[in-house]
Amino acid sequence: MAAAVLLGLLALLIRLIVNSRFADFAVVRHYLFNRSILVGLRNTLVISVLAQMVGITLGVTLSVMRLSKNPVLSVTSWLYIWFFRGTPVLVQLLFWFNAVPQVFKTFAVSVPFTHIVLYQKPMVLFMTSFMAALLGLGLNEGAYMAEIVRAAIISVDEGQTEAAQALGMRSGLIMRRVVLPQAMRVIIPPTGNEFISMLKTSSLASVVLYGELLRRASDIYSTNLRVVELLLDASIWYLVLTSIATIGQYYLERRFARGASRELPLTPLQRIRRNLVPGRPWFRVLR
Amino acid sequence: MASPGFRAVLPGALCYNRRVGEADPAEDKRQLVVLEGVRKSFGDLQALRDIDLTVSAGEVVVLIGPSGSGKSTLCRCINRLETIDAGTILIDGMPLPQEGKALARLRADIGMVFQSFNLFAHKTVLQNVTLGPIKVRDIPKAEAAERGMALLERVGIADKADRYPAELSGGQQQRAAIARALAMDPKLMLFDEPTSALDPEMIKEVLDVMIELAKEGTTMIVVTHEMGFARSAARRVVFMDGGRIVETADPDTFFSSPSTERARDFLSKILAH
Repeated sequence: MAAAVLLGLLALLIRLIVNSRFADFAVVRHYLFNRSILVGLRNTLVISVLAQMVGITLGVTLSVMRLSKNPVLSVTSWLYIWFFRGTPVLVQLLFWFNAVPQVFKTFAVSVPFTHIVLYQKPMVLFMTSFMAALLGLGLNEGAYMAEIVRAAIISVDEGQTEAAQALGMRSGLIMRRVVLPQAMRVIIPPTGNEFISMLKTSSLASVVLYGELLRRASDIYSTNLRVVELLLDASIWYLVLTSIATIGQYYLERRFARGASRELPLTPLQRIRRNLVPGRPWFRVLR
Repeated sequence: MASPGFRAVLPGALCYNRRVGEADPAEDKRQLVVLEGVRKSFGDLQALRDIDLTVSAGEVVVLIGPSGSGKSTLCRCINRLETIDAGTILIDGMPLPQEGKALARLRADIGMVFQSFNLFAHKTVLQNVTLGPIKVRDIPKAEAAERGMALLERVGIADKADRYPAELSGGQQQRAAIARALAMDPKLMLFDEPTSALDPEMIKEVLDVMIELAKEGTTMIVVTHEMGFARSAARRVVFMDGGRIVETADPDTFFSSPSTERARDFLSKILAH
């Protein structure tokens, strides 16, 4: 009964939106597959994946440092997390793109304590929109991933480390071969969450002029003034991306749950098929 | 490096009864583990107070005592899973290294079996057994697998080689853990209450493996509540209470006529049923 009422309300809501004519759906449809929007979609995906990878790499490194007995390592990691988690990612993006080229005029990679320069470029050419977006989003994500990985490492039973120590394994080997593989099961679900969040947070890169989805959409509506339609287009694509990521996360989790739980949870398809058997409760509601 | 600290214990070791499958007496002179004045406290609790103990090669020493008497802590100090506050521990004549490569190398030579098995949950039984030899001893994979299978055969679980630890019974897991420790060819085996987490039926299958090891002359230090094992396999029983070694004797003497009141009291409680 409750399900039927909810379905009814949903139908009403959809009718209300369509009838209000607040947006011209022909325009929405026209720009949905606009070339510029599709390039923006690709850029959103590229920057999200790369920034997430930077975040995961940094996160693993920072969490291992944070758990180290060496106070220099753990304090450095603590300070990093404190700073990057404590300031808005929007400010960090602006900082990389606007402030850094003002302070440092050139970007150079050199061999320490010598004058040998391996790579040199004016900072304004090095710190492109893409680079600023990658650094801003990736370094910020690293701080969050560090906490996720740290929690996962702590969740692995200490007996596992002791058994590895008793075999004569050194701490780096123990981390790589024994602890991290077991921490994966705990790392995967929140990391999927972080990636879904990253897909949307990447829209902030529009402020450093990176041509991702939102930037492309707003570039178009600033000339043709179809604000609602283009924001709808962007939203539709964000929903598509996050939906795909959600499904991917579900199956990834299911894979890593093997060996840990006795029976795997049903996939959505399996669940629907099971529910369609006549006589099941929700089948009866619809009748 | 001999000092008077452990001499007090030696007479106990010299008056044991000869038991099955014993190693050559000449071998016994090699002192594998020497503890002198070992002290350890956890906060206010003094877990170990001035422990002197010598274990010779080929010897099976059983540590017994009430819970909280320090026997597990003592066992864990020998491969430095617990650090000590004072005293010295010599393994095969060398002081126990503080940390790093030297400590890792020493630990590789000391097998350890835990109460809670601590098998690597993400690896199969065979992978558990071969990880140490491959990664620590640099033995080729094929050779490690072959030797691993032989060890699993020996502890009677060769058919479980490709299963994950969670799929095994407690007794099978503990036997796998023993095989994992043996795979490193240890000089010394430490058993920290190896049967305390097991059902009575499974206790026997693990003890059978341990008795077999003892017969083959493996040097073993065993923390246990299994008096049957102490009687049949131990050369020496070390009774601990309140962080001290209260009494050291061969098992026959210890169980029939303990010399201290504390040991008599302990035995009367556990053997009453």
